[in-house]
Amino acid sequence: MTRKQRRGILIGAGVAVLSVAAILVLFAFQSSIVFFHTPSDITQKKPADGQRVRLGGLVKEGSIVRGTGTDVMFKVTDTIETINVAYSGILPDLFREGQGVIAEGTLAADGHFKADTVLAKHDETYMPPEVAKALKEKGVKLGQGAKHDANSNPGMATP
Amino acid sequence: MITEIGHFALILAIITAAVQMLVPAWGARKGDARLMGVAEPAALSQLTLLMIAFLSLTHAYVTSDFSVANVAANSHSTKPLLYKISGVWGNHEGSMLLWVLILAVFGAAVALFGTNLPMTLRANVLSVQASIALAFGLFILLTSNPFERISPAPFDGRGLNPILQDPALSFHPPFLYMGYVGFSMAFSFAIAALLEGRTDAAWARWVRPWTLLAWMCLTIGIAMGSWWAYYELGWGGWWFWDPVENASFMPWLAGTALLHSALVMEKRDALKVWTVLLAILTFSLSLMGTFLVRSGVLSSVHAFAVDPERGVFVLAIMVLFTGGGLTLFAWRASELRQGGIFAPISREGGLVLNNILLTTACATVLVGTLYPLALESFTGTKISVGAPYFDMTFGPLMLPLLLAMPFGPYLAWKRGDAYAAAQRLFVAALIAIAAIAVTFAVTKPGPWLAPFGIALGVWIMAGAVSEVLFRAKFGKAGWEEVARRLRNLPRSVYGTALAHFGVGMMVIGIIATTAYQTEKILLMKAGESVDVAGFNVTFNGAKAADGPNYKEQIGMFSVTSDGSPVTTLQPSKRLYDAPPQPTTEAGIYNAWTGDLYVVLGDEQQAGGWAVRAYFHPFVRFIWIGALVMFIAGGLSLSDRRLRIGAPQRARKPSHRAVLAK
Repeated sequence: MTRKQRRGILIGAGVAVLSVAAILVLFAFQSSIVFFHTPSDITQKKPADGQRVRLGGLVKEGSIVRGTGTDVMFKVTDTIETINVAYSGILPDLFREGQGVIAEGTLAADGHFKADTVLAKHDETYMPPEVAKALKEKGVKLGQGAKHDANSNPGMATP
Repeated sequence: MITEIGHFALILAIITAAVQMLVPAWGARKGDARLMGVAEPAALSQLTLLMIAFLSLTHAYVTSDFSVANVAANSHSTKPLLYKISGVWGNHEGSMLLWVLILAVFGAAVALFGTNLPMTLRANVLSVQASIALAFGLFILLTSNPFERISPAPFDGRGLNPILQDPALSFHPPFLYMGYVGFSMAFSFAIAALLEGRTDAAWARWVRPWTLLAWMCLTIGIAMGSWWAYYELGWGGWWFWDPVENASFMPWLAGTALLHSALVMEKRDALKVWTVLLAILTFSLSLMGTFLVRSGVLSSVHAFAVDPERGVFVLAIMVLFTGGGLTLFAWRASELRQGGIFAPISREGGLVLNNILLTTACATVLVGTLYPLALESFTGTKISVGAPYFDMTFGPLMLPLLLAMPFGPYLAWKRGDAYAAAQRLFVAALIAIAAIAVTFAVTKPGPWLAPFGIALGVWIMAGAVSEVLFRAKFGKAGWEEVARRLRNLPRSVYGTALAHFGVGMMVIGIIATTAYQTEKILLMKAGESVDVAGFNVTFNGAKAADGPNYKEQIGMFSVTSDGSPVTTLQPSKRLYDAPPQPTTEAGIYNAWTGDLYVVLGDEQQAGGWAVRAYFHPFVRFIWIGALVMFIAGGLSLSDRRLRIGAPQRARKPSHRAVLAK
């Protein structure tokens, strides 16, 4: 085998692996991406049945209702539209009324959101940037809790 | 006063870095030994000055000097001493100071131990190191100065985020940075090689141990972060494919590839161009990790203060070094001499396959991490790419890598015999097949693929052990001969086998905990009990207690198995004083076969508490595997140290003594 042929085999192997990876990536992008929506987005354009989405906004004041066991209902709002969210499980430490939250799950036929994951900020002075930005675009004036000042502590939206 | 000394030392260090960048490189160009000689004292004084700066900041933290803005924002007088110290790097400004300090440590190491390197190479390497130090030094001074004062000083500080007040997390950033920054050595050597248009044996012998050291630290640093997330966040997960995790994982993947390709270069003088490229890419990914984490484009525990100015600055540094490095590569790579040739089936061929798969896997992680950011900035659509994407792309690429792993060390350099290697791995394959049967037999019905995953881990572990035994002629020679051979095997052979063994353990841990995890979420009142994976967990009520800087509600659980008491668990919900923030402390029992993990949730209005109980089979193998890899790296490093000066040993024996230290 000449040097050229040997090199050809190596490059061929590299190209083959890369193509397989590219196909996997495209395939994965089609099936496993989760879109982020505000309540207004969802009311305007309903996601397809069973499609996983992330819903972001503020937990509406006075909307948390605990059901049997670990079931809990709350409302997520961008102050224009409001969506009912049902969740079963343990809410994050910093889940509060009036604070930013991201719920991941699917939209049920009756219009309520069935969340299987709820992410809240992990810091008193922090809000997930997606939520802060989306709310700002909707013209919502953010309260004190959502402010980013220069000395804010480390925060966390997702673990 | 001490703070001002630190501030001044930082400025001096930056000036020193500027001198160290310009003068030695100029000397290397002109062939002037005196100008090149500036590099060593400059590197050492840079280290001294940064040490002074760092210790000054530490002093401000330990003495709780709240007139320093950084201390006031991130510390509190009631915090335990360990967290006052770790608070130094538990924030953006301080962690960047740690970053340049570690960079200076590596630079000083070249100055101290690199006396056997060709003079121009050493001068160029130290010059490139200094340019990185200069860029990050200016970044600290101009956008994130930890020494700024505030007036009037507040009565007390705002405290460190309580979830960061944790022993494992105290050491997570230093190790991670030693990894990130350690790859700067490979980068500096690569740039120096391109500038000179040549690489020699001394080059590869130098790059390997430094890459290995950086890789070890990154491995253990990532593992600490993962372990922390597991027990501290109360989710029971150990990896979330979160962008900040990926930011550290990508340099790890590229660094692992670099480690293996540098081996080919060291032993066989081949793959030079590729190794140099990989060195540039690995450090570029480290810089990108720093950018992603420090700029605030990602939402996570690492996104400290969000300041666009900082993001732009780090982005500029990243573009400068990555772009500059790649441009230089495109321009000069053809100058590098072609190395030895090898057949596709050979040790080199195996290592090339390793490199192709690792870098491609790294690319899929890169795409998954950056695509949401790119999509949002171009179209405004917000998406998240989570575990399903990585399972579909990263997973399939790991499969051939892990399957082929035991073959590599059995193949000879230049031209290997795949059939002979397969014969020698026959016993390991039998053990792996037995593992499939055993897993099917002992586990309750689970995913049908899982036993094969477990067997894959067993295959790698058995393959690693069998390689050592084969080299010792186990079963072919007498006991004494085997023992003698085991003693005389180079430590790097043990290092390789042990590191691969660690990967196998990790695979078993990952597959077992993913496929056979038990999770129960329920409402429990005092006296009630629940069965989790053969354990009976009884809730005995909750009680209030006070800690040094927090108040907590402790859930009292007793655990029995087959009627006999096993342990008691006390998971708690804490409310810290400063900053006032709740955290969850999981109660974890380490059984032989896995972790019983209990988390106390909210108290319910109707009475009782929400409780989450998990059983994670063999989850500890994930971190123990990483620890084994760390130890393996150390073993390999201890072997190599004596050989660093090998090419010049005969001519300059006096340098061996220096290196042996």
